[in-house]
Amino acid sequence: MQLALFVIVAIFTLGGALGVVATRNVVHAALFLLLSLLGVAGAYLLLLAEFLALVQILIYGGAVTIVVLFAVMLTRSSEYPKITDNPQWPLGLLTATVLSVVLGAAFWLAPETAMQPQAPAFTDLGQSLFTKWALPFEIASLVLLVALIGAIIIARQQNVGPPIGPAAGVSQPEGED
Amino acid sequence: MVPLLYFQLLGAALFGIGFYGVLARRSAVLIVLSIELMLNAVNINLIAAAAYMNGAGRFVAFDGQIIAIFVITVAAAEVGLAFAIILRMYRNRGTVNVDEINLLKW
Repeated sequence: MQLALFVIVAIFTLGGALGVVATRNVVHAALFLLLSLLGVAGAYLLLLAEFLALVQILIYGGAVTIVVLFAVMLTRSSEYPKITDNPQWPLGLLTATVLSVVLGAAFWLAPETAMQPQAPAFTDLGQSLFTKWALPFEIASLVLLVALIGAIIIARQQNVGPPIGPAAGVSQPEGED
Repeated sequence: MVPLLYFQLLGAALFGIGFYGVLARRSAVLIVLSIELMLNAVNINLIAAAAYMNGAGRFVAFDGQIIAIFVITVAAAEVGLAFAIILRMYRNRGTVNVDEINLLKW
């Protein structure tokens, strides 16, 4: 039963991931990413990490996919269908396959653990997060704050106008702060 | 019960696919999506290890899950910043093709 569920989750995850790296359409790639990340949430559920599954669906399904679609919309240009893969993609495929095989072999050769998966209680998770991991937790909140402010400052519209053509922007004086 | 190895192999395969995407794609948006795939592959491994090796050796109770929470946090921040940079790039150069973004290349 669990194995069947795992196979379904793996098909969703890997199929979505292959869709992300194979499709020509950027919007389709974003939707494939959503499929893959929902599959990962299913894997978390199989690993008894309900809280992480919830966070995964909320953050990736809710926030990240929306941000991706917004970015695609705002940079909507006629060039997307023309941007295909690199000429070096066979080399990339070879490298990625070798990496996967090496990682898989390393896991395969690792000593077997006979333990059963255990579900941590929500309370234990929260307690550990706010006592033992309190400092990293605060630093993470600072990182989020800095990233948000940085994103706003970087993306702020400074000179209104249509985007200038490729390579023409080299000598263009930029509106600095 | 699904063995730990299956989850680790799933993570390895997902990481490889994301790695291929980073290497082979030319659109900056698709490269960021592939990086997300790689981060999720790492998270699968972390959570699988947290579930199966609970209390084994130096592994303390479900620390893996907490590290995964931090990975998700940083990934969210990274997506926001990455798309701000892509937007800026598009406004300045009119392209999101990383092969044409060569201002720092000598």
